Amino acid sequence: MSAKEEILSRITSALRDAPAPGPVPREYRMSSDMPEVELIELLVDRLEDYKAHVDVVDVPQLPATIAERLKDATSYVVPHGIDTTWLPADDARRRIDAPGAVLSVTELDGTDAVLTSSAVSIAESGTIVLDGSGDQGRRAISLVPDHHVCVVPVSSIVRLLPEAMARMDITCPLTWISGPSATSDIELERVEGVHGPRQLDVIIVKGL
Amino acid sequence: MSNVFMGMPTLPVFGDGNLHIEETFPTAAHRELGNTQMRANLRHATHTIRDKRLKVVAELPDWEELRDAGSATKNLVMANLPALLEEFEKNFTARGGIIHWARDAHEANSIVAGLIKEQNTTEVVKVKSMATQEIGLNEYLEEQGISAFETDLAELIVQLGHDKPSHILVPAIHKNRTEVRDIFLAEMPNVDPNLTDEPRLLAMAAREHLRRKFLSAKVAISGANFALADSGTLAVVESEGNGRMCLTLPETLITVMGIEKLLPGKEDLEVFMQLLPRSSTGERMNPYTSLWTGVTEGDGPQNVHLVLMDNGRTAALADKYGRTALNCIRCSACMNVCPVYERTGGHAYGSTYPGPIGAILTPLLTGITSEENSTLPYASSLCGACYDACPVKINIPEILVHLRGEDVDSKRGEKKLPSQMDLMMKGGSWAFSSGKHLGLLEKGLPLGKLAAGRDKKIKALPGIAAGWTQSRDIPAPPSQSFRDWWKKDHTPVAATNKQEK
Ligand code: SF4
Repeated sequence: MSAKEEILSRITSALRDAPAPGPVPREYRMSSDMPEVELIELLVDRLEDYKAHVDVVDVPQLPATIAERLKDATSYVVPHGIDTTWLPADDARRRIDAPGAVLSVTELDGTDAVLTSSAVSIAESGTIVLDGSGDQGRRAISLVPDHHVCVVPVSSIVRLLPEAMARMDITCPLTWISGPSATSDIELERVEGVHGPRQLDVIIVKGL
Repeated sequence: MSNVFMGMPTLPVFGDGNLHIEETFPTAAHRELGNTQMRANLRHATHTIRDKRLKVVAELPDWEELRDAGSATKNLVMANLPALLEEFEKNFTARGGIIHWARDAHEANSIVAGLIKEQNTTEVVKVKSMATQEIGLNEYLEEQGISAFETDLAELIVQLGHDKPSHILVPAIHKNRTEVRDIFLAEMPNVDPNLTDEPRLLAMAAREHLRRKFLSAKVAISGANFALADSGTLAVVESEGNGRMCLTLPETLITVMGIEKLLPGKEDLEVFMQLLPRSSTGERMNPYTSLWTGVTEGDGPQNVHLVLMDNGRTAALADKYGRTALNCIRCSACMNVCPVYERTGGHAYGSTYPGPIGAILTPLLTGITSEENSTLPYASSLCGACYDACPVKINIPEILVHLRGEDVDSKRGEKKLPSQMDLMMKGGSWAFSSGKHLGLLEKGLPLGKLAAGRDKKIKALPGIAAGWTQSRDIPAPPSQSFRDWWKKDHTPVAATNKQEK
């Protein structure tokens, strides 16, 4: 008998006397009608609690805000699908990561910052979801550089995780980010900054 | 499938690995209790986390509804496990992942070692995983000439300190910041000799130490917190980004997971991702959660494996009172609230799984008759704090009592009984079966007074009852029983009522 067959038949006989399971009650909150202003407020509060830096801007201010956040970076990477109108005009500092023209891990390690957009954000827990779309790029680019500047369109903010889940394509490579890298491993107290980006700047954009 | 003809396998088949404790719980607890520094560290840490957990749990108006959904989902999963496993395998495989099945720890270890050797490497990076600790993967790989580098900060502290984990979420919880600094100074190559004990600087030292390993590793090993059957998706929940590094940068990713980790689909994940972070680190959400479904072209590992492991889980599943222990999502809330754990620490439990969940899961996986593991269900005062804290509502006290019963029964079977306990229980049942029997016994009360002597305390009882008087005295019994006193001093209730009217 193969290991699979054996394990499956062990399970079947272990369950011989098991009662039929009851239905799963889903009485928890699945939707919310929180107005946009409050959603933004809640998300900002949660992100700042995680020690992320947050700007809330209108579309016309976006390029200047991005330029400001990236001003100390000697180099930064963007995914191929990023909206180029957001970007500083210069820019010898910019590296583009694209399918067929990917940066090596060493190149990413030598890059100061990364700019991405995001797929959906959950206000209640302060969580931003990246799904690998063209404006977010493959997972390595938002991981290796030490400083992540992340754009959050207001239309992508929801209050609750179940609302966000309904918007996610679960088969994409997903990364849920709630603040900069942190650890609670020493005396169970949270300190920010371990292996992931130690600095997280979030730019929430109204009208996007 | 051939099992129709071959018949059912003989059940239960127990697990092995780092589950068999080497000394009884009381012996180990006695020793650990002598470590006052550890006790102070534990007290500080468990109290910090308790307060945080209560605060973030109170924020959610639907916490109990989430617990109900979580608990019912896990029961549903266990009842439909064969079908869900098949469904998961189909979906994971369709997206380029490769599944391996392992009956026990040894089989899982040798599958992983084989996969690493195929990649011609002798170094792997690891994300913290209970399953690989349970099977002793690191030790096995070392015998095979493969070095496994733990990348989680707490695991790194344990590995560098040649120590053992003492908590499932924060394995180095028994060490305080100064002790961590001392370990780093002694064991970390190229560490700054002026390193202080500030946690932020300690975390940065770990970052420096592991950075090159992450960037150059060809193979990573992980566990998984959840697996979604209807899409073939795996999830790892973490804080530091070491998980993301391992799950993203190497070409080959090998995940080891117990068969009980499945969820039907993403509408279940939304429940558990609200329950888990709040119950474990007391955060609204952990910093990073990664989800992957087989292989994604051009993003992350292109050679993706999953080892699905039994190792005693089917034995636990066969126990009709104990099977809900498999619902555990390893949040560690039960140990953080446990008065026994807070004092003895995790090492006293001797297994990969300490605390209240360990006291039931370990003997369920190995069988109650396994060596010293039969002492684990007694590592509790049955206060019930663990049950209240458990996000999936595992009734740990009830399972503890059930396993104590199993233990007594199994010893009776081995002719170690009828014991004094049996005789006492028999005597008790005779005494309480009728008022007359009890009255007869009560006539002996003055004798107890005699036994107590002048200080009116009984200091040592004979036989197994000696355990009771080891740490406390029993006051001398009164010369008159309660029943006698009541009869003399009280008019019957019916008569009193009449008088008042
Ligand atoms: S038994 Fe419950 S409280 Fe304890 S670790 Fe498991 S899920 Fe958490």
